[in-house]
Amino acid sequence: MNVNIEFYASLMKYLPPGKSRFRREVSVEDDITLSRLIKQFHISEAEAHLVLVNGHFVNCGEDRDQRKLVEGDTISIWPPVAGG
Amino acid sequence: MSWTRKILRVNLSKGSCTSEPLNMEWANLYLGQRGLASKYLSEEVDPTCDPLGPDNKMIMATGPLTGTMASTAGRYSVITKGPLTGAIACSNSGGFFGAELKFAGWDMVIFEGKSDKPVYLLIQDDNAELKSAEHMWGKTAWETDDIIHATHQDPQMRVACIGRTAENGCLYAAVMNDKHRAAGRSGVGTVMASKNLKAVAVRGTQGIGNVDDAEAFMSATGDGKAVLAENAVTGQGLPAYGTQVLMNVINGIGGLPARNMRDVGFEGAENISAEAMAEPRKSDGKPNLTTNGACFGCTIACGRISTVDPTHFSVKDKPQYQGNSGGLEYEAAWALGADTGVDDLDALTYVNFLCNEDGMDPITYGATVAAAMEMFEDGVITTKETGGVELRFGDAKAFVAITEQFVNGGDFSADLGLGSKRLTEKYGKPDLSMTVKGQEFPAYDPRGIQGIGLNYATSNRGACHLRGYTIASEVLGIPVKTELNDTDGKPELVKAFQDATALVDSAGLCIFTTFAWGMDNIAPQIDAACEGDWSVENCLETGERIWNMERLFNEAAGFTADDDKLPKRLLEEAIKDGPTKGQVNRLGEMLPKYYEVRGWTADGKIPKETRQRLSL
Ligand code: SF4
Repeated sequence: MNVNIEFYASLMKYLPPGKSRFRREVSVEDDITLSRLIKQFHISEAEAHLVLVNGHFVNCGEDRDQRKLVEGDTISIWPPVAGG
Repeated sequence: MSWTRKILRVNLSKGSCTSEPLNMEWANLYLGQRGLASKYLSEEVDPTCDPLGPDNKMIMATGPLTGTMASTAGRYSVITKGPLTGAIACSNSGGFFGAELKFAGWDMVIFEGKSDKPVYLLIQDDNAELKSAEHMWGKTAWETDDIIHATHQDPQMRVACIGRTAENGCLYAAVMNDKHRAAGRSGVGTVMASKNLKAVAVRGTQGIGNVDDAEAFMSATGDGKAVLAENAVTGQGLPAYGTQVLMNVINGIGGLPARNMRDVGFEGAENISAEAMAEPRKSDGKPNLTTNGACFGCTIACGRISTVDPTHFSVKDKPQYQGNSGGLEYEAAWALGADTGVDDLDALTYVNFLCNEDGMDPITYGATVAAAMEMFEDGVITTKETGGVELRFGDAKAFVAITEQFVNGGDFSADLGLGSKRLTEKYGKPDLSMTVKGQEFPAYDPRGIQGIGLNYATSNRGACHLRGYTIASEVLGIPVKTELNDTDGKPELVKAFQDATALVDSAGLCIFTTFAWGMDNIAPQIDAACEGDWSVENCLETGERIWNMERLFNEAAGFTADDDKLPKRLLEEAIKDGPTKGQVNRLGEMLPKYYEVRGWTADGKIPKETRQRLSL
């Protein structure tokens, strides 16, 4: 199935080659969990600080282990960042 | 003890400068900077006074840690009754001016009265004198800084001054220091202009020689710096990407307001984000972001130094704007960008330069233009009012044109200088002003993020993220993640952030340290520097005392619980799409509980028991 990944800030280096600034459509195995997808792109747990699926937070740990992705999901990931 | 224990009192009506001892009893209760100067203001100024009349005072205040070796300890604040809001105003700035004031031997400078003619204050260590600034009146903040440096031939001299917008009566003018740093909000620069005070130039050579326990201070500040360096946000994220890294985050979660908060979610967000600032551009291969920068003694260095593409329409043929200058921070990028619908990074950077050059708050300025754009699109105002500019959302050329018109005092500048509340009232559309207590919102939509809405509504200086940055918890998970759309627990969260911030703002430290530091990192630094008990508990109680004191000032100025509110748009117009679709802010669920956890009455008053508990 295909999902959209968005890696921001220092995680942009993990994006496969492509045209858009942060976004790639990638093909992944059906029913892949969020944790597995993050690992597949070599992003460590500490780096995957803010993780959204379709704009909604998914917390670190069990939530990510259990969250199964579906076709068309958009997964956005940031390292620890802040501002104000 | 870290305080210099000396105050400079400048009576502008009489032209006198006198030294007096710092009230140490108050220092022990209010620490310094925001807290201590607000205490002086509360004691010396009638809260009902005209903010722009001679009876208002303006205080430039450092904290006990300002100028010390603690990380980020270069801060000072400008405290006064604000003309934009009519409430107590306290605007905090970094750069180098605050530390220099301390090195000259002063904890604070209190300005009172009004000078007949434009003057500037020259402080060289113990010597302070008022000098004519008639030749600087009508000059920008940058020109003023240059004139003072050329006159005194001391590159180490630090200057805080106002630009032309303050002189022209813009109600949200800033006090600019070190050219690119601003005590930006609530119109503190307008008060400075009302006193005919163009600038304060300071040179100090005395250092900080009176830290209470030097050994403990070395150790506590060293520990603090290690924590900042090891923390991924303060050690890596902020130096590399600055505050602007939030643009995509807040847009991604459905919390980025756009086009005068008519919409939530901005399709152009990524074009004006930190990541876009770091990309090489086509014309000269250079990125917008040249480098990061740091304020005095800061080991984080979140500052942005930028250039505009020299071929861009905004600066083409204007070589003076083609060099490096203070770049976009998140709140400015949002107000100038998403809120006006403009996603042209170079145009926004140029407008940001103009905000620095002529000293205006980019948040209120951007939001006021946004309100004007909405009125223009609705046909409420036309090119007749705007001096011929087709002021539509998303039009970068129109935005640049109206800004150049504004700083040069053109047709629409008097209207824009009113801020969005008075502007929209003037044209019969008060609901289009996105303000609390007359001050414009920063970059987080309270419909998408509940707690920040409560903070905005109850902030003592009007809508402001820096009074209680619950975004840290609600979005960024610092220190713990809370749910965006929950209202449970938010009153407690808001109170905790507001009180802790009041303490940090009174110490001389930058609030960005709190992405890594808790009060258990901060209190030992204050405790080692200052005499007295500055335990975590006492620090938190001091923060709460300061918050309540500010509220009492506002109460005496005529504010009531009726002013703890949000615009109708944020309470009634649900978010149209995106991950927060359907949401409004549920202030009504949070406000009564907030009053309760603060120990206030159901109508938001501070009862005797609470005042007694806090020694107020
Ligand atoms: S963190 Fe940023 S704003 Fe704060 S003192 Fe450092 S450079 Fe200045």
